[in-house]
Amino acid sequence: MAKEKKMELRLYIAGQTPKSTLALKNITRYCEQYLKGQYSIEVVDLLKNPQLAEGDQIFAIPTLVRKLPEPIRKIIGDLSNEEKVLVGLNIRPITA
Amino acid sequence: MIKKKSLFLKTPTGIDGLDEITKGGFPKGRPVLICGSAGCGKTLFAIQFLVKGITEYNEPGVFMSFEETASDLAQNVSSLGFDLDKLKAENKLRIDHVRIERSEIEETGEYDLEGLFIRLGHAIDTIGAKRVVLDTIESIFSGMDDLALLRSEIRRLFSWLREKGVTAIITGERGESSLTRQGLEEYVSDCVILLDFRVIDQIATRRLRIVKYRGSTHGTNEYPFLIDENGISVIPITSLQLDYRSPTTIVSTGLPALDKFFSGNGIYKAGSTLITGTAGTAKTILASYFAMSSCQRKEPVLYFSFEESPDQLVRNMASVGINLKPQIKSKLLHIHASRPSLQGLEMHLLIMNKLLKELKPSTVIVDPISSLITIGNNSEVRAMLVRLMDTLKMKEINSVFTSLTHSGTSEYNDATVDAVSSLADNWIDMTNEEKNGEGVRSLLIIKSRGMGHENCQQNFKITNKGLQFLQRSKK
Repeated sequence: MAKEKKMELRLYIAGQTPKSTLALKNITRYCEQYLKGQYSIEVVDLLKNPQLAEGDQIFAIPTLVRKLPEPIRKIIGDLSNEEKVLVGLNIRPITA
Repeated sequence: MIKKKSLFLKTPTGIDGLDEITKGGFPKGRPVLICGSAGCGKTLFAIQFLVKGITEYNEPGVFMSFEETASDLAQNVSSLGFDLDKLKAENKLRIDHVRIERSEIEETGEYDLEGLFIRLGHAIDTIGAKRVVLDTIESIFSGMDDLALLRSEIRRLFSWLREKGVTAIITGERGESSLTRQGLEEYVSDCVILLDFRVIDQIATRRLRIVKYRGSTHGTNEYPFLIDENGISVIPITSLQLDYRSPTTIVSTGLPALDKFFSGNGIYKAGSTLITGTAGTAKTILASYFAMSSCQRKEPVLYFSFEESPDQLVRNMASVGINLKPQIKSKLLHIHASRPSLQGLEMHLLIMNKLLKELKPSTVIVDPISSLITIGNNSEVRAMLVRLMDTLKMKEINSVFTSLTHSGTSEYNDATVDAVSSLADNWIDMTNEEKNGEGVRSLLIIKSRGMGHENCQQNFKITNKGLQFLQRSKK
């Protein structure tokens, strides 16, 4: 993992809803666990910046977008299913 | 055209004729569902609603497309004269393409469609939109798994649209047992319009029906509609009533000698005249005299020719001394030639109505109506002719119908002649009988409403100078 490029993530939320807060908590946890120092998370609040929704084709909230490495992947929901998120982001758990 | 009902506000649809059927348009500030199978014109319908809203009523619009990209959309409708890019540049139109790619989306845990709301809300607020189109929101169902959630979110979307006060068109694909695949009609309950594209006897017709319109009266029939270079038009041909005015002015038939056979020295203006006869009895020639008479009064003529091309008609009439060419040049005479089998009856009627609207003729000639029987059954043809005649009467247009009859009894005799003869104000029957080895042409005025007329058969001959009546040899 260390050899790969840094992972750039963007989390789209709309205000501090329970779902959004949970999603941010979850992704931070996974990243800390598997990608320590190799990631960045940008949080975009669409209530403040609605014009940003179109660019990343956001329709569901919360949506996590993996900007880098390409290709772009999207995971929608509160990210509570760890396995699905890891598969979706193509992160291999160390234990596997 | 737009009549405001006291309480119920309506938004003009921008679609020719639909405002009449819906008595003013769509319900203002509410969602409208347009459903139909693939290729029936839903997207075009929606686009026209937006574009006309901008160009004619100055109401900006947002088009949220779940299927086509903005550039595809612009390209597809450019042939109809809709310049989406220009409207976008003027900040009157926004097109947002929502791409839902299942392969790059993973679902985990709870979510909602707030992103869609924000996008739509942002688009609406940026340009101050009054009209919104969601085309086709059902695509979202194929891109995501949680159907229960999608349903409740879509329900929320519709009530949100209402709160926003925008008039929205939501398109939906026709389902097998319901109007739309996902049962959207359960959520959009104010106004539901069904588009249909049907092929009967190899002839295709598009039809539109208002399934539901809460709080408003509306036409309940199936109305044919047309997609041509000007977009969609619906003509509510069946909404006619028997309350037209009847002028008392007399017009000439184009043949002074024929005028004399009527006690009014001509026929009533805005009357309908039926010319029947077997093949080769000079029906078209007589009809052309009517046309020329109108042209001489500087009143435009619309000539529907179902058997001859304009060129052929001009040539043939020139051979009997009727010169149509200058009238065509001066735009007084417009000949519309088409094969009856080119399209369905409804479509013929629709095109006729469209031409009537465009050209505003004072005289209309349909030559011959009997050929229409080849594309419809008797009752259909009859219904169509009744509607056509009603329309012409309402517009106070002189009309001439020719109809081919067959000697002896024939199934074809009934339909068209029966249909029209009782409705027509004047009926002239033409014959060409053999007497002593010689063809003798004659015409008989069978009826002339509101006027006395000659009761004898009038013999005539046709020369290169035209139709000339023969002096009756008094016995």
